[in-house]
Amino acid sequence: MSTEESTEAAASPSLSRRSLFGLAAGVGAAGLALGAGAGSAAGVAVARARAAEAASPVYPFAGEHQAGITTPMQDHLHFAAFDMMAGTTRDDLQSLLQDWSYAAARMTQGLDVSVTGAVGGSPEAPPDDTGEALGLPASGLTVTFGFGPTLFTAEDGADRYGLASLLPSGLAKLPAFLGDDLVPEASNGDLCIQACADDPQVAIHAIRNLSRIAFGRARLRWSQLGFGQTSKTSAAQTTPRNLFGFKDGTANILSDDTAALDDHVWVGAGDEPAWLAGGSYLVARKVAMLIETWDRVRLSEQQRIIGRDKSEGAPLSGGQETTAPDFRKEDAAGAPTIDRASHVRLAHPDLNGGVRILRRGYNYVDGNTGLGRLDAGLFFLSYQRSPDQFVTLQRALSTDLMNEYVRHIASGIWAIPRGAKAGSYVGAELFT
Amino acid sequence: MTRPRLTKAHAALALAAVGAVALSGCVAKSDVTSADALTVTSTDSSCDVSAASAKSGTLTFAVSNESSQVSEFYLLAEDGLRIIGEVENIAPGAQRTLTVVAQPGEYKTLCKPGMVGDGVGRADFSVTGGAVTATGDDAAQKQKAVDLYAAFVKDQVEQLVPAVDAFTTAYESGRDDDARAQFPTVRAFYERIEPVAESLGDLDPRIDYREVDAVAEGLDWTGFHRIEKDLWVPRKDALNADGETPAWQDWAPSTTAERSTYGDKLVADVGELNDYVHSEKFQQALDAQGVAGISNGAIALLDEVATGKISGEEDWWSGTDLSDFAANVEGSKMAFSLVKDFAAATGSDGATLAKDISRRYDDLDAALAAHGSLQKGFVAYKTLTQDDKRDLTDLINALAEPLSRLTSTVLQ
Repeated sequence: MSTEESTEAAASPSLSRRSLFGLAAGVGAAGLALGAGAGSAAGVAVARARAAEAASPVYPFAGEHQAGITTPMQDHLHFAAFDMMAGTTRDDLQSLLQDWSYAAARMTQGLDVSVTGAVGGSPEAPPDDTGEALGLPASGLTVTFGFGPTLFTAEDGADRYGLASLLPSGLAKLPAFLGDDLVPEASNGDLCIQACADDPQVAIHAIRNLSRIAFGRARLRWSQLGFGQTSKTSAAQTTPRNLFGFKDGTANILSDDTAALDDHVWVGAGDEPAWLAGGSYLVARKVAMLIETWDRVRLSEQQRIIGRDKSEGAPLSGGQETTAPDFRKEDAAGAPTIDRASHVRLAHPDLNGGVRILRRGYNYVDGNTGLGRLDAGLFFLSYQRSPDQFVTLQRALSTDLMNEYVRHIASGIWAIPRGAKAGSYVGAELFT
Repeated sequence: MTRPRLTKAHAALALAAVGAVALSGCVAKSDVTSADALTVTSTDSSCDVSAASAKSGTLTFAVSNESSQVSEFYLLAEDGLRIIGEVENIAPGAQRTLTVVAQPGEYKTLCKPGMVGDGVGRADFSVTGGAVTATGDDAAQKQKAVDLYAAFVKDQVEQLVPAVDAFTTAYESGRDDDARAQFPTVRAFYERIEPVAESLGDLDPRIDYREVDAVAEGLDWTGFHRIEKDLWVPRKDALNADGETPAWQDWAPSTTAERSTYGDKLVADVGELNDYVHSEKFQQALDAQGVAGISNGAIALLDEVATGKISGEEDWWSGTDLSDFAANVEGSKMAFSLVKDFAAATGSDGATLAKDISRRYDDLDAALAAHGSLQKGFVAYKTLTQDDKRDLTDLINALAEPLSRLTSTVLQ
């Protein structure tokens, strides 16, 4: 947050939420070009900007790709899936995406959701911004939007928004996998928003305000809080641990590996559908861990299941964390040092035709179950160029030794459009 | 006991029509030519208007009270709920004049001798011709809206009084089926104007507190919900609305003598409410708040729905929450209808807001209608599925969000 961000009010005097909502389709995005700007006549945003620590990163909202994919993983997640409300129109959807983009562009810069924000509006009206992020820096907030299969074609086959012809052929409800124990109400959704930030309050503030903006157009279907990255997405980050206590995401695709990103994450210019070029596909899986049972497993068995040592994360075939696993290496007794059914082996690209994905999951703890067990696990998020990549890997895991200790309880898939162009909004490609 | 009540009978009619009727303007008497004058004769049992239709524009009704009691005359919108104009306090033998600017549309006329109950001689009244621009300056228009809201509140309480009389009579005399049937419709008169009663400190607690509220605040538990529990006696193992305390803890069905006490108490409390809304103090309170008070009333009623009714905590034993829900929404919509033109007049944003709010009321009404009506009754709350509740909650959110910006818009 710097002082050069000071031209917004002058450039666009009408950026209040009220006037934004009154804008005709196609006009609402006008303010987005200013998304990277900050200062506000109301002074509210300035207060937040001033409070920003130099150490708190600020990521641009607009760009070729949406932020929140290769962005270095932040510490906290609030993920939310929405359904469009009955009776909504194509205009409603378009205006929602515009309003969401506008609000997200502001919030990611550490600003209130509108110019009048939390305390700068009429005392006779509820504030546009809910206020819990007042004084907090941007905290690396990214807001990433996605479109579920049902947005294009409803479950009953209806083409509610004239988008059926744009449905990506690969965008379909994921097939059933062995061990699935899915809760339908906590799965899927017409739209999704992934909000990540280093301060949980900032991520929650984003989802709360975006939900409020959606009232009457889209309704919250389910949401999930996550903490503690379970993958790294940049080389500078150390590999974090999941709730099994193991390093996770050692072999993840990193943000500087542009070749791998182009091969495995971004939908290419020559891919179908054309409108999704520069985008990706997001898979979310809520994977409950049977924590108490796992904790009673002896260390050697835990390591055999994962295929890595717990201390360093090195493959059991030897070396360091980053050493490539050697699946042919055998111990003195002639048994493979990395078990054939270990997680690391079954998920490895070498055994899956080179398939890789970008993982971006978080731990979750939703209190405890009625049996007094921690209601905890992994909220798995992965980005890939095609949903087939995830399906291939998940099928390969059908014999995973780890399956005894996990249950997949929620699932969803969304097409992630490219980033907003300057002066436009996320998803504009759908309405051209 | 079962005589038809105006409001109840017409509650099911779409209130959307209300929007077509502009606020009646404030017109100086000298503007009115005698040719426009309609005459109304109010007797103890009739309310004869000299014509059943008129051309749009400024209308005057010269009301002669030939009944034995102090009377009132009302011009109501087609829904029978919204008051377009009223003249009250017409002494026996006296004549008073009502002047309104009437837009084309269908209306109802009625008189209310005794100023209590649902009135007599209700008749259709048509206004033909083109739309009329209301005259009078902004301040006068707003004062008129406040006056109409005051009239609406008074009308509701005037209907509440005899309805409570009949209801408590049935309750006290042990005609429980009869009393149970009346319970949701009697409450509707109260629920439409709930914020007014709630502004009165201890009156709402006496009339409308649930057992858990009264216990929490250490009050004697009286009012509708005390009677409700007697009429819908809980099972021995049932729990109170807090989901925790046993229903029969510190409670037993009222004896005949206790029923008499609680019934009479409710009659007295509702009478006190009636006195209040007819007092100068009430008018002053409304005047002080102006149109913002009306707008905030619309918002407050929807908050009632969002916090209490949709969760099924209000009518814990009777399960008639949806009737309260519908009456809250009707009251909210009524208040909105009085101020929407002011919102729309502030510019295109205000016009869009008013239009959006109107549409959201319609959506909510349509969803409610799937579960019944105030006229025919609603399904019991417990028969609603989680999806039903979710749908209603989404529609409340969709309405409440734009409605929350109404006051600041009206005040622009």
